[in-house]
Amino acid sequence: MKHYELVIAGGGSAGMAAALSARREGVSSILILEQGKELGGVLLQCIHNGFGLHTFGEELTGPAYAERYIRMVKKEQIETKTETTVLHIGKDRSVTYVNSQEGYMTVQAGAVILAMGCRERPRGALSIPGYRPAGVWTAGAAQRYLNLEGCLVGRRVWILGSGDIGMIMARRMTLEGAEVLGVAEVMPYSNGLPRNRRQCLEDFGIPLYLSHTVTRIIGKERVEAVVISRVDENRRPIPGTEQEFAVDTLLLSVGLIPENALSEEAGIPLDGRTKGPSVNSAYESEIAGIFACGNVLHVHDLVDQVSREGEQAGKAAAAYLSGPQAGEAGKTMEISAEAGEGLSYVLPQRIRPGDAERDGGIEFKFRVRRSFRQAALEVRAGEALIKSVRKKYMEPSVMETVQVKWEELSHMGLFRREDGIPVLRFILREEAGRDEGDA
Amino acid sequence: MKVMLDCIVCPASCHIQVELYEDGKIKKITGNTCRRGMDYAISEITAPVRMVTSTVAVEGGNTKRLPVVTSSPVPKEKIFAVMEQIHKIMVCAPVSVDDIIISDVCGLGVDVVASRSIRERKEEEA
Repeated sequence: MKHYELVIAGGGSAGMAAALSARREGVSSILILEQGKELGGVLLQCIHNGFGLHTFGEELTGPAYAERYIRMVKKEQIETKTETTVLHIGKDRSVTYVNSQEGYMTVQAGAVILAMGCRERPRGALSIPGYRPAGVWTAGAAQRYLNLEGCLVGRRVWILGSGDIGMIMARRMTLEGAEVLGVAEVMPYSNGLPRNRRQCLEDFGIPLYLSHTVTRIIGKERVEAVVISRVDENRRPIPGTEQEFAVDTLLLSVGLIPENALSEEAGIPLDGRTKGPSVNSAYESEIAGIFACGNVLHVHDLVDQVSREGEQAGKAAAAYLSGPQAGEAGKTMEISAEAGEGLSYVLPQRIRPGDAERDGGIEFKFRVRRSFRQAALEVRAGEALIKSVRKKYMEPSVMETVQVKWEELSHMGLFRREDGIPVLRFILREEAGRDEGDA
Repeated sequence: MKVMLDCIVCPASCHIQVELYEDGKIKKITGNTCRRGMDYAISEITAPVRMVTSTVAVEGGNTKRLPVVTSSPVPKEKIFAVMEQIHKIMVCAPVSVDDIIISDVCGLGVDVVASRSIRERKEEEA
């Protein structure tokens, strides 16, 4: 069986960044396995601009951002197999894939990085009664048809869900001559970045119906109309509030889910909140030597964050491959991190004190459950307050980060506890009545 | 008067507040975290501009569509005029990223450029 030091499942932004960073750390035999025709992942269909401000200090389109990484991967002569589907990943870090050149192949990896990205929540995940007519698309599928194939999937469009892809497609289809009649969002707030609300909806006069959902799809062969209803605070449609819109197309932008079919089959424990693998501060899953980064781990807002996470995972995999700790994951004392009041998740879920000491601290990523104004994020260990950070605005659509320094962790005497696993709890406290401009 | 703007310069989406005098002139800008946010707020109040991205058809390439982008933002009211010019274009592979596809589009002093490279399609890919 062929052996690689590192095999990466997925050649999108996370996988490429992980490969490059592992190479910088001295890993020589790296293999990237990519299902698509070329590297780049979903970036190739994200033709809008706004990518790379942090990574490259300029605003690029998705394809341009991908191209810079593809060039670096080629320059480093990192082995890549495109149009190759990973079929199975073993706990022993064997990786089985299939493609038209080699057929069915299994290779052995010293370390594996999961970088499969995410998928869209489909119609089946929503309970919209009615037939199953043509004309119901996930926003990303419609984006792929339009931007890669040149096919506009409809002329009169309704969009359910105010995720970024939905809003970006509202603008994109409008520019290509379609009429977008509106966007319905079940929550009382928009689920996408505020800038997209501005430049994709408001610029084109596309109405956003907050606290509304699609309650009926009319049409047997093809969508003929949708009915939207206002919802109450429990997201239940309110009878009598129905409005009908004649459309031929319904786009769904109702959330992204980390693509973990392979991880689940491999027996890698997932976090019910992120829907991605539970990882430690080295982005290592609960299975030694298997790492995860990018949207397969948790859904990101910005590619720059994905690239950075990929770099961290690549570096950690390189350390695993060369370090004395190889094969010892889970044996060292770990601290667990928990999302408390106001947070939907916090990541990494486990911290190895060694990582925190070496890096001077740990960067935690989290999302809030609802919009907050003037709130403080508190990091607590039992009753002790380790850190408090005040923020003026926090929204569920924006991933937040907080840096907890090594000193802040170590002087709490956390690591000397003997009564079970120490827990860091992250909670949000709203500070009512604070003056504006105080953040 | 106060105007609230969600900055669109980068995905940080800062919440900018612009205070205006009665004649519409800008009095004070707060909430931005960088110079570009300040520039955005001024432009948004006085003469809003936007980047335009789309695709054009490709002949003989390893992909069917070439994504394109304006080299700098164009006045908001010119977006559809720029789109009309983009719709008329078909290019032949190969294309290099940043190649000019339409120069000085609509006389705006802005080019429409390729936002990726496309190589020629090989026989076996046909």
